Amino acid sequence: MQKSYRKYAVFFILPTFIAFIIAFLVPFLFGIYLSFTKFTTVTNTQWVGWDNYVRAFTANRDFTHALGVTAAFTVVSVISVNLLAFGLALLLTRGIRGTNLFRTVFFMPNLIGGIVLGYIWQLMINGLLLRAGVDITYDPKYGFWGLVVLMNWQMIGYMMIIYIAGLQNLPGDVLEAAEIDGASPWQKLRHVTIPMVMPSITICTFLTLTNSFKLFDQNFALTAGAPMKKTAMLALDIYNTFYGRVGDEGVGQAKAVVFFLMVAAIAFVQLWTTRSREVEQ
Amino acid sequence: MKKRIVPLLAFCLALTLAGCGGSGGSSGASAGSAVAGKKEGSIYYLNFKPEVADVYQKVAAAYTEATGVELRVVTAASGTYEQTLKSEMAKSDAPTLFQINGPLGYLNWQDYCADLSDTQLYQHLNDPSLAVTSKDGVYGIPYVVEGYGILYNEAILRKYFAMTGAKAASVDEINNFEKLQEVVEDMTAKKEQLGIDGVFASTSLKPGEDWRWQTHLANIPLSYEWSRSNVDLTGDATREIAFFYSENYKKIFDLYLNNSTVDRKLLGTRQVMDSMAEFALGRCAMVQNGNWAWNDIKGVDGNTVGEEDVKFLPVYTGMDGEENQGLCIGTENFFCINAKASENDQKLAADFIYWLFSSDTGKKLVKEDLGFIAPFDTFSADEYPEDPLAREVADWMNKEGIQNIPWNFTLFPGQTFKDHFGGALLQYAQGNMEWADVVTQVVDDWKTESANRTV
Repeated sequence: MQKSYRKYAVFFILPTFIAFIIAFLVPFLFGIYLSFTKFTTVTNTQWVGWDNYVRAFTANRDFTHALGVTAAFTVVSVISVNLLAFGLALLLTRGIRGTNLFRTVFFMPNLIGGIVLGYIWQLMINGLLLRAGVDITYDPKYGFWGLVVLMNWQMIGYMMIIYIAGLQNLPGDVLEAAEIDGASPWQKLRHVTIPMVMPSITICTFLTLTNSFKLFDQNFALTAGAPMKKTAMLALDIYNTFYGRVGDEGVGQAKAVVFFLMVAAIAFVQLWTTRSREVEQ
Repeated sequence: MKKRIVPLLAFCLALTLAGCGGSGGSSGASAGSAVAGKKEGSIYYLNFKPEVADVYQKVAAAYTEATGVELRVVTAASGTYEQTLKSEMAKSDAPTLFQINGPLGYLNWQDYCADLSDTQLYQHLNDPSLAVTSKDGVYGIPYVVEGYGILYNEAILRKYFAMTGAKAASVDEINNFEKLQEVVEDMTAKKEQLGIDGVFASTSLKPGEDWRWQTHLANIPLSYEWSRSNVDLTGDATREIAFFYSENYKKIFDLYLNNSTVDRKLLGTRQVMDSMAEFALGRCAMVQNGNWAWNDIKGVDGNTVGEEDVKFLPVYTGMDGEENQGLCIGTENFFCINAKASENDQKLAADFIYWLFSSDTGKKLVKEDLGFIAPFDTFSADEYPEDPLAREVADWMNKEGIQNIPWNFTLFPGQTFKDHFGGALLQYAQGNMEWADVVTQVVDDWKTESANRTV
């Protein structure tokens, strides 16, 4: 029986595999090739070796600066999103009245597109800053923290759902045993709940980490890098490089490859560390 | 079990195959209908101007009716022409007719620009020096002349001139910066009586919405810099600038900022459309923009500005002898024919643009629907578009003793330079950057970006 399934494995994989090749693998490899060339259109290329990579870092400080902004933003938002989402998940698994309503409300921002969210928050933040007679572009700090707030508002609901799913799957007997042993609520949380929902934490940190790192729409709509690219994150900088300077498409592409390597490396490290803390249930 | 899987698999396979077959079939059908036309080949034009996207569908229908040649016009969304062109050019079905924005655009697309010196349209160009040329070839033909300056709402100005103590009696008296400043500042003082929020519309400085300042306004001092020291604009001399008239730039820019509807610290998220809406709704009296803005003004809901009241004033910056200065008139729209298209398709594209600007049907479309001021001798002096701003530009072009400023911003070293400049202007407006630093940055950036030009 097992064998007869195997014979058809290739047929089942084939459609997805073809889609994967067309939509991911080919563009990806082609993109790496393009990062070593000078090109106007992707069919008209000229090999330049490592030149683009050198220029990505030396032409100006935009890229390294964007890297700094991105790193700071990622650290802040990964911590804040996960703490708040976990807190909400704990609250909303206690059977408070209106739990379902709250869950829905918190989840909803996630359904709105990034560009729209960016503009809405820009209006709100500008309205607030108007009291001080300035707007969000007046100081890069405003743009940075505005983006953090936006990101939290958007991501918390989604992460909360994942945490709720994790919490609901906690085996009651372990918690009960802990209670009988006289564990305080804090001890229960620290030594029973958190180790048991580690798989959810792995997923949530992975999602927030990569999403924060790759953030584009919200950054683009909220400040578009103003003032003077001081709030531009990596994805926005790559976009600006690609279209900002005649003959610089390859440099943008090189930055994108570096960007990919960074995201991949960070995500792997993160997955490996959180995975190692997961416990078998 | 096995028996059940096989039909299921077959069904899935059939489904995917049918999917492919279906799309293949439909594309085959459309190709077939193209061939079924009277002539071989077709034209694919990638249009730059979203404001006339609908009009081009009309043009395409008219052309196919007149000649039987299929014309397909695709319009790139606002501000995305280069992106769209890049991806469209990579396709096997690439545009045969496209456009570049000047000499720098040509450098980027030179592999794709066919020599147009033998085309009929080029022979009819009023001023061959407007074309994009390189060595012996002609690679871009300008097809529309545009102008920009300070738009004003004459109804509001009339109201002001009628007030006691007005600094001028008519617009004709405003022919230099001193007078403009005097009038504007007095109007600001009386803005409640005039019923406006400010004299100038908001100075949009959101990144991507700042081209009116880092490109159009900057063109004026730089054009003076180049013309007064006789710089050869086709040579390498433009790779560096001194920004000699930066104080003049500052004068007019400060006037815009300080007499505006919006506080100078609140400009970082303002867009061009916001400014045009303020003007259209009569909340301000003036705004710097070009004749293309007419559609924007007309399109604003509840606009109060009368068609006969929208007029142009040159942008005065306090230069010597600026009493004779006119609007900034030029173009950044040049037709190019794709050199990589087949000979036949290239010829079809050349025939189409000649038809558009020479046949009666084509000229009517250009004049009435596209609203272009065409720079070809196939148009007589009275054949200008009906819209008030285009008329104004045409009038300024023909004024006695007036020297118009050319569009030299086509020589600006790329978008990165402009973005940095715009960023600096925003910081200056907010009070976070000294003007001297803005000037230094512009001069340095110009040099590095010109050197960064790999072409």
